[in-house]
Amino acid sequence: MRLYAILIYIFLYAPIAFIVGGSFNAGKQAMIWQGFSLEWYGKAFSNPLITEALTTSLMIALTTATLSAIIGTLAALGLERMSGWLRHVFDALIYIAILVPGIVIGISTLIAFVSFFDMINPYLITAWNIRIEMGAWMVIAAHVLFNIAVVALLVRARLQGMDRSLVEASEDLYATPLGTFRQVVLPLLAPSILAGFLLAFTFSFEDFIIAYFVAGPDVTLPIYVFSSIRRGITPEINAVGTVVLMTSLVLLVLAQVILQRGSRTLKT
Amino acid sequence: MEHPVIEFRNVTKRFGEVAAVVENNLAVKAGEFLSILGPSGCGKTTSLRMMAGFEQPSEGEVFIRGENMTGVPAYKRPVNMVFQHYALFPHLSVSDNVSYGLRQRSPKPSLAELAREVTEALAMVRLDGYESRRSYELSGGQQQRVALARALINRPAVLLLDEPLAALDRKLRREMQIELQNLQRDVGITFLLVTHDQEEALSMSDRVCVMREGRIVQSGSPRELYDKPVSRYVADFVGKSNFFAGPTKDTVISVRPELVEIAANEAVLPEGLSAHYSVKVLNRIFLGENTEYRVANDTLGEFMVLTPRKSERSSGTFEIGDTASTGWRPEAALVLAAT
Repeated sequence: MRLYAILIYIFLYAPIAFIVGGSFNAGKQAMIWQGFSLEWYGKAFSNPLITEALTTSLMIALTTATLSAIIGTLAALGLERMSGWLRHVFDALIYIAILVPGIVIGISTLIAFVSFFDMINPYLITAWNIRIEMGAWMVIAAHVLFNIAVVALLVRARLQGMDRSLVEASEDLYATPLGTFRQVVLPLLAPSILAGFLLAFTFSFEDFIIAYFVAGPDVTLPIYVFSSIRRGITPEINAVGTVVLMTSLVLLVLAQVILQRGSRTLKT
Repeated sequence: MEHPVIEFRNVTKRFGEVAAVVENNLAVKAGEFLSILGPSGCGKTTSLRMMAGFEQPSEGEVFIRGENMTGVPAYKRPVNMVFQHYALFPHLSVSDNVSYGLRQRSPKPSLAELAREVTEALAMVRLDGYESRRSYELSGGQQQRVALARALINRPAVLLLDEPLAALDRKLRREMQIELQNLQRDVGITFLLVTHDQEEALSMSDRVCVMREGRIVQSGSPRELYDKPVSRYVADFVGKSNFFAGPTKDTVISVRPELVEIAANEAVLPEGLSAHYSVKVLNRIFLGENTEYRVANDTLGEFMVLTPRKSERSSGTFEIGDTASTGWRPEAALVLAAT
């Protein structure tokens, strides 16, 4: 390997390596190595602020992934049946939802939610004396927004690779449209839906930017990390960062494996 | 009177401006092996898809066993299809593929009953013991047989076959032709095969319909089509033929190349020929059991002569550039519509 390639890799991965390495540091200061220890993991997981943030993040990621998988799959199926210019418009919208930077989604959803709440809250207060505000549910709404596109893209790709005559064969063998969907379409799409679920989970779990705008008083794990870094980097934060990193890595690799194994069964 | 198994009444199918099938009145008789023969784009596959219920006619009606099935979706029709690329479900085992149709019934047959039926169906196509295999582990010929078993297990009114042998290599295709024919006799189910391969249609079917641009131009037994084609199109599509200028502008004279006699000179040509034509040999193709000569005559132009191996002893062989004498019996020359 060329020297500059090695330098690029060091530049990319050294900070991550420092975080992972630092999380196993026995000392109090993140920057000075004082021997191997797992104590910061223990401390991190007994810190109620961290476990609460982790619970919030897991709840948000799970709900986001589930909703995105369902809505994204339905969107892909709908788009497949659509024809003409409208289909191109929706295709473009899907790509845009993925390409738009997180900060734009964050700001725009914040503005949208705020103006929506301002509009609807007076009625809610007079009718039931309740109001809706920013919080974990708004994070879910914002996350679902772009993760639908992720799932739809994956399922679309799989649908296009699927032999149309399989659906006809099922109908020819007396399966109703619903029966065909359940017995043929869904099993063949399952790998891409599952991969989409895992990707959506990862993107939601590790997102800071969007959550920061719309989380309101709720604290997700990335928000907690961000706010505690202002008080200095501790090995405890490194431990949390390592957990987030490992979770994301494992899920991403899993999604990739599922997609690849799935595409093998499609080729007959 | 017994109803045809499938009957088209004035069926027309248009895709936008294009008419794929025009005023079709096809009737499939119970128990027959019928082929629809034609080049790609002649409407044969569209006809098949209208029988299966994947397409609905733009005009006219489709009857199955005397019952009007126009507009009825595929899953409610008592016909089954073998797809061109088999369309076996990749996520299911051979056994689950074959039992798929039976499992859609309500109430669902018992597991024991399903297993028994699957074993029987697989035995019918000589795939005993393949129950737990996956479709992608099978060869093309084996996939073809699974597709057959999957369709026949339902005992359909008609088995529709869409170019079923196109994806197989030549030798396997020949074997499957014989197997399909035997299978059809054994199960007694009506077979309807769509193909562009005239040899396939002639060798397997009881009856062949030749289609052209959405219309059936002739239907009859393979021998009738071959010996008494109604037009140049049919004579050209079913077997090979030589065409010469006919007595009128709208007609041609067709002479099958194997009916042309060839000899070194007029004296050794057989008797009873309508005319003698001296020719020059332009080309010779050795085909094994036959030899095909391309010859030219000043008035007739170029034409083909097919001589069987057996006759070479009396007539001899010819080299390129040789002159020879040719002729045919009067009944060999057919006057046909030029279209």
